Amino acid sequence: MAAAGTLVLSSVSRPFNVLLMASDPPPEEGPWWGIAIDITTCIGCGMCARACKMENDVPDEPFYFRTWVEQYTVLNNGEVKIESPNGGIDGFKSSVPEEEIFKTFFVPKMCNHCSKSPCTQVCPVGATFESPDGVALVDEKYCIGCGYCVQACPYGCRYLHPEKKVADKCTLCYHRLKNGLAPACMEVCPSKARIYGNLRDRDSEIVRFLKEHDYQVLKPHLNTGSKLYYNGLTAEIS
Amino acid sequence: MPAQINRILLLFTAFIGLFLVVRHFLIPETFGQYGHYRGASLDDISSREMVFADKEDCFACHDDIMEILENEMHAGLSCLICHGPGREHVDDPQLGNINKESGREFCGRCHDIHPSRPLDVVNQVDIKTHHTEKTNCIECHNPHALWEGME
Repeated sequence: MAAAGTLVLSSVSRPFNVLLMASDPPPEEGPWWGIAIDITTCIGCGMCARACKMENDVPDEPFYFRTWVEQYTVLNNGEVKIESPNGGIDGFKSSVPEEEIFKTFFVPKMCNHCSKSPCTQVCPVGATFESPDGVALVDEKYCIGCGYCVQACPYGCRYLHPEKKVADKCTLCYHRLKNGLAPACMEVCPSKARIYGNLRDRDSEIVRFLKEHDYQVLKPHLNTGSKLYYNGLTAEIS
Repeated sequence: MPAQINRILLLFTAFIGLFLVVRHFLIPETFGQYGHYRGASLDDISSREMVFADKEDCFACHDDIMEILENEMHAGLSCLICHGPGREHVDDPQLGNINKESGREFCGRCHDIHPSRPLDVVNQVDIKTHHTEKTNCIECHNPHALWEGME
């Protein structure tokens, strides 16, 4: 049994053993959640950001986001323009004349649920942690709102909640996951550009996606053990 | 041992004892259950109310729409994209408590022509010029059966 488990585990985790993807699942049972985002199929509708705010009671102001969409525009002169008006919630208008565009695409951003997360390491009170199933969470009752984790996250995925006065972030809709439902952003994604799943399960949608695509993580040199895998990630994206 | 050292030791022991007692009462019971955090917070987070419904809930009643959608362009899309969040409607199905997004702006979020939008993923039209005599997309396009009644 254990041997079979190890075999399955190693076959699933082999692609992650590359130095860039140092996120081996711990040798426990149960799911180990990961996320995949396909930049080549994101149509920039912003439904994910909108649904996230509804589902998780995120403040409406345009600087509080658990997930958002960025529009990258590489101009002919090499300049890279990154825009995210209201996180993409109201949709995108193209601001550059088409003749000047070299290439352009949308990049959805959210918490990477790192397995060696910098944000949970700096918490002075043990209020933020990686759950046994690989989701980075915040204990609202324990958080003192010092904001250390906000500045430690290299992906800018945390903010201080203006009313609760605690750090807030993507929970991968933990309350939905536990009930067997998809996170709100994944549920409403019309082009299936966002995929979540159990990285330990060889038959899961996400493992299939990782087999079939050339994926990458954001800022691999930071060795955060990010579990958010992008297809179509290019050098301009940070 | 000199008496003053004894007194200091006694004081230290008392302090450490007091510290341990106070610490015992301050640390939550489930702290350290899984790691350096309060184990019960996992239950707190997972017991939050869900706002968005589940697609399966929709088809429990609207199986007719499911059949229409099967061979459609919009097949596989979650109902909640246009009808979300929908939790209220699932709990108490009424006509009034479900969203029916349909305007030019809303359809345009996916279908308006945009240089960043991949062409092979979604059909795109310029919503500023496409049949401007009509105000709403659903006057011609039934979102569940897009080309129904059209040439």
